[in-house]
Amino acid sequence: MKILVVDDEEDVKSLFEQKFRREIRGGQFEFSFAFSGEEALAFMQNHPSEVVMILSDINMPGMSGIELLKRIRADHPAAPPQVMMITAYGDSANHDQAMQLGADDFLTKPVNFNELKEKLLSIL
Amino acid sequence: MHFIVFFFLVQYAFSAMKATDRLARWDSFFKYARFYSFGLLAIYYIARQPDMYTWVWNLSLLALLWIFYKEDDFRDIRSTAQSILPFVGISMLSDTFELIFPKFHAKYDEIFGMTILFAWIFCFVIWFYARKQQKVLMQEREDRLREEKLAQEQKLSLEYLVAERTQELTQQKEELQKAIEELKATQNQLIQSEKMASLGELTAGIAHEIQNPLNFVNNFSEVSVELCQELEEEIDKVDISDEDKDYIKGIIGDLSQNQQKITHHGKRADSIVKGMLQHSRASSGEKEPVDVNALADEYMRLAYHGLRAKDKEFNAALTTDFDASIGTVNVLPQDLGRVFLNLFTNAFYAVAEKKRKLTEAGQLGDYKPEVKISTKKFDNKLYIRVSDNGIGMPDHVKAKIFQPFFTTKPTGQGTGLGLSMSYDIITNGHGGVLEVDTIEGEKTEFRLTIPIS
Repeated sequence: MKILVVDDEEDVKSLFEQKFRREIRGGQFEFSFAFSGEEALAFMQNHPSEVVMILSDINMPGMSGIELLKRIRADHPAAPPQVMMITAYGDSANHDQAMQLGADDFLTKPVNFNELKEKLLSIL
Repeated sequence: MHFIVFFFLVQYAFSAMKATDRLARWDSFFKYARFYSFGLLAIYYIARQPDMYTWVWNLSLLALLWIFYKEDDFRDIRSTAQSILPFVGISMLSDTFELIFPKFHAKYDEIFGMTILFAWIFCFVIWFYARKQQKVLMQEREDRLREEKLAQEQKLSLEYLVAERTQELTQQKEELQKAIEELKATQNQLIQSEKMASLGELTAGIAHEIQNPLNFVNNFSEVSVELCQELEEEIDKVDISDEDKDYIKGIIGDLSQNQQKITHHGKRADSIVKGMLQHSRASSGEKEPVDVNALADEYMRLAYHGLRAKDKEFNAALTTDFDASIGTVNVLPQDLGRVFLNLFTNAFYAVAEKKRKLTEAGQLGDYKPEVKISTKKFDNKLYIRVSDNGIGMPDHVKAKIFQPFFTTKPTGQGTGLGLSMSYDIITNGHGGVLEVDTIEGEKTEFRLTIPIS
């Protein structure tokens, strides 16, 4: 399963790679990383219909996670990827907006990786 | 003729004196003067009108005139009284001539008689004129008196008006002063709440900024612990000497322990950050009708048992004084619960500290820790008091207790956010007031006032 993680913090990459070391080695997950919304859209363009799952931060400089979600839902109506939004602001306004725009799930930081792992495995 | 002049002169002097306040002193003088004139007249007729009698009259008139000139009281009538002088003078001249030159006198008898008559008429004309003038003066004086009286009345009414106004102004001044004092108090309150609000915002801002890096610290340390475990498993697969293996495992063990420490302290920091974030978080949930008495009771017990769990020795009397008429009140139950929890936790801490200090000093005596809660509904307001007979606070502590991060508890035992948050919840969340009263070493009382809408 190909998963695209979108976050402006570059350390997220090594964190995910270490946290899911076994799953990556076992070939269950394949992670790609984008450090902005624009980068994420470019990646989707270059790898059409590959990404099954997108994990995106909401609060990013430039294109926000919400904006990214809108574009993904508009640009990729066929074979839509699952989108999970992640944010430090666990308020209901953010949550409601994300869900309304077609997010599949909503996580708050700090991310509980065990929970996330279970969720990803269940989708798999 | 002389009698008439004399009598009228006395009469005139009398009436002139009547207009002044000097009459009383001269009352008997006028009486005697009148009797004297009538007496002289009577003697004149009894004595069959002797010729030399005019001398008596003239001398009497002169005497009268002399009295008028001698006494200052008569100065007003002097000028008028002078008018008799020609009459007296001519009369005496005529008599002198009659005595010395009888022939000459007899020859000009008519002329003397005429002259005396004219002088006599002159007297009365002057008097008449003087009387008229006096009347005008009297009139004027009366007018003046009336005016004075009127002025007096006006003055009185003005004074009354002034007194009234003065009272009004004094009252207004007092009211204004009171208003100023109220304004000052409100201003202080506003400054205080503004300060607390900005501190709250600052706290929340800092928390947000710290949260992300802190998440990384926690996540990476956690994953490092896992990596260490993996590494330990992997080392068994490698073929090296047991001695080296143990040495490497020892290092891995230390690394793992360090990572666990990082995780532990990171989690501690995280809980502080979470506490800070609760400041800014728009209140969790809506206001709903809540039995405040039950809520307070619940959290009182919760705080008590929380402390008991840590310190089995701890004991305190819980006194409740609930106003049953309160019923349910619209509040934010979770937030208000947090306030109760904070207040009770602090109260129990204060009594526990006092007991500990007294025990250390060996002066426990009959100290009985007590924590009280009382509720009251009055005038659309809810009054809640949480008091304890614990260690109390000095003034410099009391001044800071609502500031975030201020704590008197030892490191690790308090974040210094409890009261700051409680203040926020009561003032901003419920539009109420949170105050504190304390006597160092004796007691502390927190007073909550919440308006019931």
